[in-house]
Amino acid sequence: MKFNRIILANLFRKKVRLVLTIGSFAVALFLFAFLGVVRDAFSRDNLASANRLIIINRTSIINPLPLSYRERILRIPGVKSVTHNNWFGGTYIEEKNFFPQFVIDPENQRQVVPEFVVPDDQWKAFLRDREGAIVGARTMERFHWKVGDRIPIKTPVWGSWEFNIDGVYHGTRPGDDETQFWFQWDYFEERVPQTSKGQIGWYVLRIDNPDDAPRIAKAIDTEFANSPYETKTETESTFAAGWVKQFGNIKFLIVTIGAVVFFTLLLVTGNTMAISVRERTGELAVLKAIGFSDRKVLGFVLGESLVIAVVGGLLGLALALVAVPLLSHALSGIVPVLILSPTILLTGFVAALFVGFISGFLPGLGAMRMRVVNALRRV
Amino acid sequence: MVKVDGNGGDSSLIQVRDLDKTYRRGGEEIHVLQGLNLDVSKGEFVAFMGPSGSGKTTLLNLLGGLDVPTRGSITVAGDEITHMSAGKLTEWRARHVGFIFQMYNLIPVLTAFQNVELPLLLTKLSKAERRAHVETALSIVGLTDRMQHFPRQLSGGQEQRVTIARAIVSDPTFLLCDEPTGDLDRKSADEVMGLIQELVSEHHKTVLMVTHDPLVALRAHTTLHLDKGLLVEAGSSPQAVSAGGVA
Repeated sequence: MKFNRIILANLFRKKVRLVLTIGSFAVALFLFAFLGVVRDAFSRDNLASANRLIIINRTSIINPLPLSYRERILRIPGVKSVTHNNWFGGTYIEEKNFFPQFVIDPENQRQVVPEFVVPDDQWKAFLRDREGAIVGARTMERFHWKVGDRIPIKTPVWGSWEFNIDGVYHGTRPGDDETQFWFQWDYFEERVPQTSKGQIGWYVLRIDNPDDAPRIAKAIDTEFANSPYETKTETESTFAAGWVKQFGNIKFLIVTIGAVVFFTLLLVTGNTMAISVRERTGELAVLKAIGFSDRKVLGFVLGESLVIAVVGGLLGLALALVAVPLLSHALSGIVPVLILSPTILLTGFVAALFVGFISGFLPGLGAMRMRVVNALRRV
Repeated sequence: MVKVDGNGGDSSLIQVRDLDKTYRRGGEEIHVLQGLNLDVSKGEFVAFMGPSGSGKTTLLNLLGGLDVPTRGSITVAGDEITHMSAGKLTEWRARHVGFIFQMYNLIPVLTAFQNVELPLLLTKLSKAERRAHVETALSIVGLTDRMQHFPRQLSGGQEQRVTIARAIVSDPTFLLCDEPTGDLDRKSADEVMGLIQELVSEHHKTVLMVTHDPLVALRAHTTLHLDKGLLVEAGSSPQAVSAGGVA
C-alpha cells in the first residue's frame, strides 16, 4: 500500500500521455467486446436444440418442398413431430422497417419450438383468427405495436397484406430471437398464386432422441432421393452454421480483427511504457541506489502498466455494456440479438491484464537489470 | 583516523584492502584502482580529490556497494560487502549508506516530504513514525516549511538539502557525497557544505566526499588525493591546500 503513492505519482507525470494510453485501452476493449458480441451472435449454436432437425431443398433453401412430404416424414421412426415454415420477406410501411416474417403451421409450431412462449389465451385467439399474427416482443417494442393492432405488410413477391396482432411471444433463454412475426399457413396458402400452393420453405422436426439424429437425417434424405424435390436434412446447429457461412467466415474475420487490435494495443502501450521508463532511468537508478530492490523497481513499472490496463479495460467494457444493448436495439431484425455475455467481459478483462502485464514487463525487466552506476553516469 | 597504508587496525569503520577495479573497453584493460588501501574511523569527514578519470567516483561506487571490485575487499562496520549477492547488497545499502548526488536526483513527481520518506518505505516503521523521522530530517536541513513543495518549486540549494535529508533520514552508517556542490553557486555551496559539516560535528556522521573544488575539500577533516587509481598521499586538508594542491 505504501508504494501505491509512487506508482500513482508516476502515472500522473504526463497526464496527456496517460489519458491517451488509457483511451487506447478503452477503445481496444470496446472493440474487443463488440467483436465478441457479433461473433457470438453469428455462432450461437448453443441456442440450437439438439433434438431438432431442419429439412431444406437439396438445391437451396430458396427452392421449396412439397407439403405432401409431411406425412412421409412423420412415418420415419424416431420423428416425434413436424412443422413447416415459409419465408415471407415483407416490410412494414417502409423498406427500412425490415424484420423476419414466417408462415407457420399453427397446429405443430408450439410442440416443435417450445422455447418461444405465447400465453394460451393469445394463442387461442390466433388460432381463431385467419389473418392473425404472433409477434416477438422486441418487434412489438420496436414499432410500438400492441395486441389488437392491424398491421400492413408489403412484399415485392406477394403484394400487400394485412394482419391482426393476436399475441406476443417471448423467448425463454437469453439470446432467443424475439424479432419474428408469425402468421398462419392457411391464410398464406389461400392468397398465394396457384403455382405456389402446397409448397413450403422448410420443415422443422422434433425427434425423440438426439443420438438418432444422423440416422433419421439419412433416412429422410434417402426417402426423397431421386425425387423432383430432393432433401437435405441437418441438425439445427449445422443448419445455423451453414446459414452464417453465407456471410463469409465471420468467426475467422472477427478473430483476425481482434488479434490485430490487441497486437496494435500491445505495441502502443509497450512503446509508451518503454518511453516512460527510459525517461526515468536516472530516477529508477536512484531508487535502486538507496535500497529499492530490482523486484520493487519491476513492480513499480508493472504496477503502472497494470493500472492503465485495468482502468482503460474497465472503461472500454463499461462503454460496451452501454453501447451493445443500444446497437442491438438499433439493428433489431437485421442481425441476431447482440448479447454482451459475462464470458466476453471476463475474457476482455483478462486480455487487458495480459497486455498490461506484457507491455510493462519488458521495460520493467530492462529497469530491473539496469546497472545503477551506468544509469547514474548518464544523469 | 584516516589511513591509506593498510595498517588501520580492526577499529576502523571502513576498511579497504588491496582494492583493484579494472574495466575492459574494447580489447584494452583499464586499471582504475590498483591495490588501494583505506581505513576510515567513525565520525571522519574525508574528501577525495583528483583529476577526471582518477577513479574517485569508482571508489565511491565501490564503497557504496553500487559496484563490485575486481579484487580486494571492503568491510564496513564488520560486514564485508565485496562478496555479497546483489540482493543482499541492496538491503545493505538501504541500512548503511546515505547517497548525496551532484544532480540531486530527486523524484520530480514526489514532494520534498515524499522524497525524504522514500528510504523509510523499505523499513517496518509505521506511517506516524515515518512522518516523525522525515520531519526531523527536514528540520535538520532547515526545510520544514518546504516539505509539501515539489522539486521544481525549490532552488538548487534547497533541492540538495532535500537530498541530504533523504540521505540521513534512515540514520545510515555513513554518507557518500559525489560532487555535492558541483551544480550549485558559491553561496548555496557554502550552505550545503556547512550543513554537511554540521552533520559530522553535531550528529557524528561519517562522510566520504568526492569533489573537484579545493575550497569544498577544505571543509573535510582529511583530503586524499587519487591519481591513476592510487591513493598517493594523505594529510589534513588545510596544510595540503596551502602547500599548493591536495594531499
